[in-house]
Amino acid sequence: MFAVAAVTMFLIGCNQQGKDSNGALSSSAAEKVYVAPGEHDEFYAFISGGFSGQMSVYGLPSGRLFKVIPVFSQDAEKAWGYNEETKPMLNTSHGFVPWDDAHHPDISQTNGELDGRFVFINGNNTPRIAKVDLSVFETTEIIEIPNSAGNHSSAFVTENTEYVVAGTRFSVPIPQRDMPIKEYKGNFKGSLSFISVDPEDGGMDLSFQILMPGFDYDLAHPGRGASHGWMFFSTYNSEESHTLMEVNASQNDKDFIAAVNWKKAEEYIKEGKFRTMPANYAHNVYDESTHTATSTMKKEVRILDAAELPGLVYLLPTPKSPHGCDVDPTGEYIVGNGKLSSDLTVHSFTKMIDAIENERFDGEAYGIPILSFEDVLAGSVKQAGLGPLHTEFDGKGNGYTTFFISSEVVKWKVGTWEVVDRQPCYYSVGHLMIPGGNSRKPFGKYVVAMNKITKDRYLPTGPEVTQSAQLYDISGEKMELLLDFPTVGEPHYAAGIAADIVKERSKKIYSLEENKHKYATTSDADVRVERNGKEVHVYMTMIRSHFNPDNIEGIKVGDKVYFHVTNLEQDYDVPHGVSMIGANTSELLIMPGQTETFVWEPKQVGVWPFYCTDFCSALHQEMQGYVRVSPASSDLDLSWSLGED
Amino acid sequence: MKKKAKILMFAGALLPLLLFVFPLWKITLEAPQYPTPLGMFIHINDFTDANPHDIKNINLMNHYVGMKYIPEAIPEFKIFPAGILITTIIGLLIAWKANHKWYLYWFILMVILSSAGLYDFYLWEHDYGHDLDPKAIMKFTNPDGSVMGFQPPLFGTKDILNFKAHSYPQLGAYSLGLGMGLSLFGYLLVRKENKKLKTA
Repeated sequence: MFAVAAVTMFLIGCNQQGKDSNGALSSSAAEKVYVAPGEHDEFYAFISGGFSGQMSVYGLPSGRLFKVIPVFSQDAEKAWGYNEETKPMLNTSHGFVPWDDAHHPDISQTNGELDGRFVFINGNNTPRIAKVDLSVFETTEIIEIPNSAGNHSSAFVTENTEYVVAGTRFSVPIPQRDMPIKEYKGNFKGSLSFISVDPEDGGMDLSFQILMPGFDYDLAHPGRGASHGWMFFSTYNSEESHTLMEVNASQNDKDFIAAVNWKKAEEYIKEGKFRTMPANYAHNVYDESTHTATSTMKKEVRILDAAELPGLVYLLPTPKSPHGCDVDPTGEYIVGNGKLSSDLTVHSFTKMIDAIENERFDGEAYGIPILSFEDVLAGSVKQAGLGPLHTEFDGKGNGYTTFFISSEVVKWKVGTWEVVDRQPCYYSVGHLMIPGGNSRKPFGKYVVAMNKITKDRYLPTGPEVTQSAQLYDISGEKMELLLDFPTVGEPHYAAGIAADIVKERSKKIYSLEENKHKYATTSDADVRVERNGKEVHVYMTMIRSHFNPDNIEGIKVGDKVYFHVTNLEQDYDVPHGVSMIGANTSELLIMPGQTETFVWEPKQVGVWPFYCTDFCSALHQEMQGYVRVSPASSDLDLSWSLGED
Repeated sequence: MKKKAKILMFAGALLPLLLFVFPLWKITLEAPQYPTPLGMFIHINDFTDANPHDIKNINLMNHYVGMKYIPEAIPEFKIFPAGILITTIIGLLIAWKANHKWYLYWFILMVILSSAGLYDFYLWEHDYGHDLDPKAIMKFTNPDGSVMGFQPPLFGTKDILNFKAHSYPQLGAYSLGLGMGLSLFGYLLVRKENKKLKTA
């Protein structure tokens, strides 16, 4: 027995030596990510879907996918953007936009710590900010950002969720107008938007925008602790180039981190130092009691001009087109991840304030003071890797930075700036995420690296292969790669939080009594079909395992039939679906107590079935019904029934 | 000692009033897909959910095998409270005026009435479990070929198809039982003392 064990150990030992250092996942790594059946993960990770437009919800450390929350893209699975209730959520000043590029989720905070109420995420392409309510894990609000293009340096929240910020990546003419592209320099402008969040109900409102020089505003993070009241934005293209940007926007040795004093901005707003600019942007709100979204067009925005208002913005020279702009948990250090450099630049908030107070400026850009690089520099992490992109912190005095070009995560010490450890990523890592990493109190147990390229890491799936996340244990001195797991779309960034903060608040059902949907049918007594000219409204209910009514006659070719379907269930995890043959829309997936609506325009005479699309019960297959469609000229009256022979 | 017995009788007569506050009985249904079991409290004047919507969900389960919906109200909801009120008044009168033998009579009355109540409950359960809709979606038969019933146990635990059903008394029932016990105890105390006096 012992001999067998010894030989086995020997073989395993040999086997491990034979592999390269990354491939040998020790059994302890497997144990660390194993979450037994029926057990819960320790953390939620909200990972952006990038070009999928959505946000996915994973468990850590298992890497299991729980849900893809539809945000900016139509989702036929959940009828998001297909049913009548959620179509207004995707309305913009450009009309209905069924897709976006979702980049940076951030969780709401109270006193600098994650409170787990909301996740905010930006739409990059048609500038928007969405709010996901973590009591229901649904998108409940989307606000469009005017005077912006490429809404990239967002959606980052301040320490008490006073604001969500949204900085423009592409500078544009503000206001938009017909002008030659060549006249970019000095004429195009950037805007940094501050969206206030109501402390009670989380309602968003575009409070003000700061007008900035025509740079590209890439990423942002808020001050915290002593630096609370400031927001830091990285910039590139301080060259103000408009073509062949890969070359022309990479000429200056240093670009800037823009330090914005938003408390000062509030003072200027109070003093009336803003100008009101006409605008046109959509504000879309989903009401949980009516289960219905409304879209309102807003017509103006308050502008603060950074060039004219002293003390509002300062520019911190930062080498080599910085991408990530990250603030450590104490709020003292602001890290510029100069993506074309091999060093990390760390600015000191204390030094910055000192330089500002003593007015030690090194010139200005469009009226905005530039501080001298040496005056604000806290230190730099030298030769740490190639192409630093983004840094997060473990709350134990260490920073973790991703290097895109050298494809690795590098751990370094805050204050001494020495590199402690490095681990390879497979491959080309973008952002990384430590749960609570953008807060005063990170949960420094794991880091998730989000990779752009996987090549051979998974079973091949044709030319398009998955992008990937990698989980590292950072509880020890050295990082340890524990797990690869595939992601939805492109995982640009993520936000993580201890599951305990969120899971108790997760709603189980919608109360039928609180259903205030205009077309709700909360009792079988109210089931009916009504005609109003060519418009027909079906007030239908569903419960295990039937629709009421399930036979409808008197519908005619050319009618526009609204099926308003209410799920009468009040039990956890008993959704029903419904779909009609030939309907030019998606199914509905209706949660207990909820009402949703789809439209069907019958084009052919006949008797057409509909059925439940979510396997709800033992009699799911029997959950079906018929609609009789008569010719347009028919004078058959509407009738409906359930269970009549 | 007689004073002590009198106090016991008073307490005994009052305790059943707790039935207006606490449930009499609870039926719990466990199944794998119900990590939080379904449950129903039986009060002397009401059926209530153990967790929100449990009764609705029990009805939904039961309709597959053709069981009737649990009614909103049953005649017993009027009879039981009246019975409790009347017997309490009688008990209080006995405690106030009557001699200890009446403690025993009250106890016997309560035993008879409680047994009648339990029997009534059994009959309702039996009917609920056996009077099935002939158009029931699923029909099950016992090994002997008879139609399977779904009567929950009167007391204890029983497997019914995929459910494990538990049926146990609650604080209200315990209060009633304790009240009855106190009246009997009061009677015995006095009897013992009387015997002592006689032999002395």
